[in-house]
Amino acid sequence: MSGEGGAATRKAVEAVWRIESARLIGGLVRMVRDVGLAEDLAQEALVTAMERWPEAGIPENPGAWLMTTAKNRAIDHIRRGPPPAFELATRELPTAGRDLETTIDENVGDDLLRLMLVACHPLLSTEARVALTLRLLGGLTTDEIARAFLVSEPTIAQRIVRAKRTLTEARVPFEVPRGPELSARLSSVLEAVYLIFNEGHAATKGDDWTRPELCEEALRLGRILAELVPKEAEVHGLVALMEIHASRLRARVGPSGEPILLLDQDRSRWDQLLVHRGLAALARAEALAEPLGRYALQAAIAGCHARARTAPETDWNRIVALYDALVELTQSPVVELNRAVAVSMAFGPAAGLELVDALVNEPALRSYHLLPSVRGDFLSKLGRSAEARKEFERAARLTQNTRERELLMARARAS
Amino acid sequence: MRVLVFVPGDKNSEAGKMPSQELVAKMTKFNEDLVKAGVMLAADGLTPTAKAKRVKFSGSERTVVDGPFTESKEIIAGYWIWQVKSIDEAVEWLKRAPFDGGVEVTLRPVFDPEDFGKELSPELRAKGENLRAEVERQRRS
Repeated sequence: MSGEGGAATRKAVEAVWRIESARLIGGLVRMVRDVGLAEDLAQEALVTAMERWPEAGIPENPGAWLMTTAKNRAIDHIRRGPPPAFELATRELPTAGRDLETTIDENVGDDLLRLMLVACHPLLSTEARVALTLRLLGGLTTDEIARAFLVSEPTIAQRIVRAKRTLTEARVPFEVPRGPELSARLSSVLEAVYLIFNEGHAATKGDDWTRPELCEEALRLGRILAELVPKEAEVHGLVALMEIHASRLRARVGPSGEPILLLDQDRSRWDQLLVHRGLAALARAEALAEPLGRYALQAAIAGCHARARTAPETDWNRIVALYDALVELTQSPVVELNRAVAVSMAFGPAAGLELVDALVNEPALRSYHLLPSVRGDFLSKLGRSAEARKEFERAARLTQNTRERELLMARARAS
Repeated sequence: MRVLVFVPGDKNSEAGKMPSQELVAKMTKFNEDLVKAGVMLAADGLTPTAKAKRVKFSGSERTVVDGPFTESKEIIAGYWIWQVKSIDEAVEWLKRAPFDGGVEVTLRPVFDPEDFGKELSPELRAKGENLRAEVERQRRS
C-alpha cells in the first residue's frame, strides 16, 4: 500500500470515528457502566481499525465493525478478571452479531442522551464537563480540545482523567431520568454546550475574537440534543440562540480581525440560512414553553435583531420587555447591564445611564469590562467626553481579549 | 465546513415520477440520520427541468430559454447542505446514502467567507455599504 493510500485511509478512519465514536462509546457505557473503560475500549477498537483497514479496506458497516471489536475487547477484559460490579453489568451483553446490531440501533437515542448527561454530570466542574463533552460526544482529541481552549494538552488530559475517575468513584447511576428530573439534568448539559459556543463566539483569551470551529461544534451538539429530547423547550431555545448568534459570525469581524459590534454590522453578511434555522428553532421553543425559559428569552431577543433589516428598525420596546422577563428569571447583574443598553436604545442614553449607575457597586460586575464599556458609551452619547474616556480606558484594562482591548483604546482616544 | 451535495436526476425524476416506496423509506431514514447527527443544514428537491428556464448572456443581449434541458449531461434533482468537520466526513456520510445503479453524486465544499476576506477590499466593502444605504433611502421615500 502506497503512503498516499495509507493517508487516505487514515482520513477515512478519522471521518468514521467522527461519525461513530459517540454512539460507540454510548453503547459501551450502557454495557460496562463505566465511562473511562468504555472510552478505552472504543479507543482500542479505533487503533485496531487503523491497523487493519488500510489492508482490508473500510468495512461496509464501520460502526458495527467498531462495536463488535470493542465488545470483543470487553470480553477479554472480563476474562482477565474484572471487578465484580463490572461482571454483573456485562451479563446483559448481547452475543451474536445481528443481535448486537439491533440492540445498538434501538438504543442509540438513549445511549447518546445518557452519555451527554454523564459527561455533564453536576458532580463535575464546568471545565471538566466541557472537556469531557467535546471528547466523548464531539470525538475531538485531547490535543484539539487543548488548542481550542488555548491551554496545554496535559492540562486537558488531566482534566479528562480526573473527571472520569470522579464519575467512577461516585458510581453515578446511568439511568436516563424522565420528567422534571431530566429537565434539571439537561440544564447542566445546556450550560456546557453554551459555554463551548461562547468560547468560540467571543473568545475570552488570545488574539482572535472568534473561533468558529468551537461554535460549529456546539451547534452540532445542540442540534443532536434537540433531536434526542424534542419536547424540551429550552433545548430548542438554546439551539435558536446559537443559530442566530452564529449567523452573525462573519459580520462580527472586520478585515483586520477587529470586532464589529451588532449595530454596526453589515447585515447583508448575516448568514440567512442560520437566521432561518434559528427563527424556526425559536418557534419550536415558543410552542412548547409558557413562560419562556432563559435560553428561549435570549433567543427571542436575538430574533428581534435578526428580523430587523436595518439597525434603526430594531424593535427596542419588545427587547426591553424580553429583558424585563429575563432579569426577573435570572436575577443576574450582567442581564441587567444588557437591559440598560436596550433601555438606552428605546428611551435614550440618560435612561440607560441611570440604570448602569445603579449597577456600579455591584460586586459581581467589579471586574467585568463591559460595565465601564457600556457606561462609557452612554457618557459619550451624552457629550460627557472626559468621563467617557476614563471609562473606556478602564474597560480596556479589564478585558483579556487583545482585539477587544484595541477597540476600547480606540474609543478612548476618540472620546 | 459546509458541503453542498448534488443529487443527480434521471429519466424518472425528469418525468416527475416518484421513486419507489422502498427507496423513499430508505432515503427518509438516511435524512433522519443526518438530522439526528446535527449534519443536515438544508435539503430540497428540484422540479423537472421542464419547469426550468435558462438565461443566456451575450454582450448586452439576454436570451431566455425554456426547459426541458434534456441535452444536459448532468441534471440536478436535488441538493443537501451539510455541516461537517471535513470533506472526508461528508464522503463517509454520502457512502451511506441509498443510491445505486452507477449513479455518481458530487460533493462540493462551500467557500468559507474567510476565503474571501482578503479579496474583498475595503473599497469594495464600502461600495456595498453605499448600495445598501441607497436601497434603504429608496425604500423610505
